[in-house]
Amino acid sequence: MSALYDGLIAPFAEFGFMQRALGGAILLSLSACPVGVFLMLRRMSLTGDAMAHAILPGAAIGFLFYGLAIVPMTLGGLVAGVVVALGAGFVSRLTVQKEDASMAAFYLISLALGVLIVSLRGSNVDLMHVLFGTVLALNDEALTLIGIITGTTLVTLAIFWRALVAECLDPLFLRSVSRLGPPVHFVFLGLVVLNLVGGFQALGTLLAVGLMMLPAAAARFWTSRVMPMVLLAIVIGLVSCVGGLLMSYHASLASGPSIILVAGAIYILSTLAGPRGILGSRIRPQRHRTA
Amino acid sequence: MTERAGAEASALSAELCMSNCITFRDLTLGYNSHPAVHHLDGTVRAGSLTAVVGANGSGKSTLMKGITGILKPISGECMVSPGTRLAYLPQQSEIDRTFPARVSDLVSLGLWPRRGLLGRHLAEDREAVANALSAVGLQNFEKRPIDSLSGGQLQRTLFARVLVQDADLILLDEPFNAIDARTITDLIALIGRWHDERRTVMVVVHDMDLVRDHFPEALLLAREPVAWGEARQTLSAENLLRARRFHEAWNENAGWCASDDILAPQGPALGAGGSSRSRDAA
Ligand SMILES: Nc1ncnc2c1ncn2[C@@H]1O[C@H](COP(=O)(O)OP(=O)(O)O)[C@@H](O)[C@H]1O
Ligand SMILES: [Mg+2]
Repeated sequence: MSALYDGLIAPFAEFGFMQRALGGAILLSLSACPVGVFLMLRRMSLTGDAMAHAILPGAAIGFLFYGLAIVPMTLGGLVAGVVVALGAGFVSRLTVQKEDASMAAFYLISLALGVLIVSLRGSNVDLMHVLFGTVLALNDEALTLIGIITGTTLVTLAIFWRALVAECLDPLFLRSVSRLGPPVHFVFLGLVVLNLVGGFQALGTLLAVGLMMLPAAAARFWTSRVMPMVLLAIVIGLVSCVGGLLMSYHASLASGPSIILVAGAIYILSTLAGPRGILGSRIRPQRHRTA
Repeated sequence: MTERAGAEASALSAELCMSNCITFRDLTLGYNSHPAVHHLDGTVRAGSLTAVVGANGSGKSTLMKGITGILKPISGECMVSPGTRLAYLPQQSEIDRTFPARVSDLVSLGLWPRRGLLGRHLAEDREAVANALSAVGLQNFEKRPIDSLSGGQLQRTLFARVLVQDADLILLDEPFNAIDARTITDLIALIGRWHDERRTVMVVVHDMDLVRDHFPEALLLAREPVAWGEARQTLSAENLLRARRFHEAWNENAGWCASDDILAPQGPALGAGGSSRSRDAA
């Protein structure tokens, strides 16, 4: 019993930094995982990845002027993300270029710029901070910021839920009954940027997208309705965060990658064992019904 | 004085709205400056049931997109009388069939005009969805995932969604594709019911016999309108022959069309409510 307590509860009960990390991770799971589900359903999973890279130069410029300070880096990342999202959106709407290709072009430019800017001033350690985050060093400022992002995301999702579903399921229909289609797309991209920026305090620009996409992709194997999928993704996100933090505490591993690896393990388990996964769709029923 | 004139004017416009659901005024629709619907004039009366016929590429789907407003005119106007609720069943839907939704979710999209983004779906709405599904012969399909439907079942599901939309103007683009004969009979009956309810319905159909038997009016398109009016007259052998002479491919180097040299379409049955000629006369 006390082994269980020592293993699972004590790290969080006894250390303030673990409590903060847990709080941040819970908030992030609540908001990033639902966004990830919609990204996946819109077949934009790689867009999340691209956007994560796109945030870098903005954060880097904040870093260049203010060092490792949260507010300027966040604002910078937000601006860069929105610029890239809008840029790619407009290029694909005004030209023959598909959105994924223009997104790839924009984020590659953005990434190169970001690494260049960080290397202008910082050491490699700083670059590592920006790329891989510091969930164990979340301060009050960072937690407040993540909290605001979570609140904004959940309220926005609740308001636009029906339009988001309609836009994924039958975009032409949505266009025939409402003008909301294009605005909803951009609102949604805004949420993606917001959550990546929120995640990069904790997990860094490169891993923030992991907490967004892996729980969503895993949840897909278990259910065929949107709402349960969203809830399941949140649960998987929470389990990954707690598991990852404990793993990093006990084995002295880097916290961000630990969280993402736990999510990755759940994903692989789901591909195998989920009812809509590999085994579930391969096992042939021995009996069939009359109708 | 002015008040009375205003009242009269609004009564007049109300009258117009009552009689004309759609007005085309020298409407040209197309892609990359090539016309797909060329200089269309005329009106679709409120409460009319019109079949839109023509060869592949004659501009039927383009006209539908023009009416819904998805495609903006190159020139001219397409006016749908204000306040008209529109339901559109496209020829090629952009439905993502892998999306995790059930049949009832897809049909419930039709509640949008009534409930919008935020309005709660009430018990009566769920009932409307169930009724619509049984009207297209899909009772007890509510919980089926949409990726498990056959092509014809999906088409009927979309019909059910149109039912739920409860629209004044209903546009159906080749709704009978991949549908078995028995279901076509059911769906035709449904269209007849809409007609009885004084809804305006336009349907793109390829089966001429179906048009002759079930549609009061028809519009024969060959990029230009060839004939438009009473269905059997419109589909006369002579008109069909003239429609067949139309060249499907557009000419990359075709000259620019000056609106004066319109080849005014001819035929006894032209224009349900007006034609380019009658407009010229006016
Ligand atoms: N999205 C598009 N871009 C360019 N040309 C198009 C497009 N859609 C249709 N067309 C062309 O417009 C013409 C009319 O097409 P359409 O209205 O779909 O014909 P149909 O009567 O068979 O429904 C055709 O020549 C077609 O090639
Ligand atoms: Mg067509």
